[in-house]
Amino acid sequence: MENFTPYSALAGGVLIGLAASVLLIANGRIAGISGVMGGLLAPAKGEVAWRVLFLAGLVAGALLYRWTAGDPYAIRFDASWPMIVAGGLLVGFGTRVGGGCTSGHGVCGMGRLSPRSLVATCVFMATGGLTVFDVRHLAAG
Amino acid sequence: MAGLIIALASGTVFGAGLALSQMANPAKVLAFLDVAGNWDPSLALVMGGAIAVTLVAFRPTLKRARPLVAARFFVPALKEIDARLVGGSALFGAGWGLIGLCPGPAFASLAFGMRESLVFIAAMVAGAALARLLPRKPLPEDAYAA
Repeated sequence: MENFTPYSALAGGVLIGLAASVLLIANGRIAGISGVMGGLLAPAKGEVAWRVLFLAGLVAGALLYRWTAGDPYAIRFDASWPMIVAGGLLVGFGTRVGGGCTSGHGVCGMGRLSPRSLVATCVFMATGGLTVFDVRHLAAG
Repeated sequence: MAGLIIALASGTVFGAGLALSQMANPAKVLAFLDVAGNWDPSLALVMGGAIAVTLVAFRPTLKRARPLVAARFFVPALKEIDARLVGGSALFGAGWGLIGLCPGPAFASLAFGMRESLVFIAAMVAGAALARLLPRKPLPEDAYAA
């Protein structure tokens, strides 16, 4: 096990859970980011502002963390531009068809004991793992 | 107005959590999915921490007649485990495994100022727009689809 960061992982997860819980109890909304984003594509009245603010908050929160924690790490992409585009397309398409992502199905769906979300989470974890296995351990070069 | 402030606050705490847990770092996520390599279990604890909270908070919340600010709950109405759910999730997982980013972390990663984040998000939006071309399941009148 390399680079295992249990405490910050748990703490970050708790923050995510709290954020999702606040959004639900106050605004009645599921903090599933694929859905928050997806609702902006053909928005109904009253559906734009809160979504934009939530997504902006994601960036702001990460910025706040960087500033207050002294910028402890850099992020790293390990993919070609075609892979980045392909990955984005698959994530965008797949999350809309499947009705959620790691936050929507994983954090929120499992939190409300949704059988659909449990299945979805198992499936995307499996294909995620298989894809990495293929890219890193099977594909030549 | 209160709802807008809540949305911003919730997003901010969410984004801070993503950054603190390093889920905004694609390499960190891939290290979790790379079960055959130098495996980093951190993502499991992120999920665990988050679900520990939502498991406690969500059920009592959803038993309420209405939320504190909004007029109603907007919770997905779909109940069936169908091909769309499984197929869509499979494709999502594949895209996730290619890069190590999913929607939330993709937005949070913008805070690190890399062009790759923007390109990934643009592709995500394009993919989501494509999905709208698929025929939709009919839903009851007041039902909400995520």
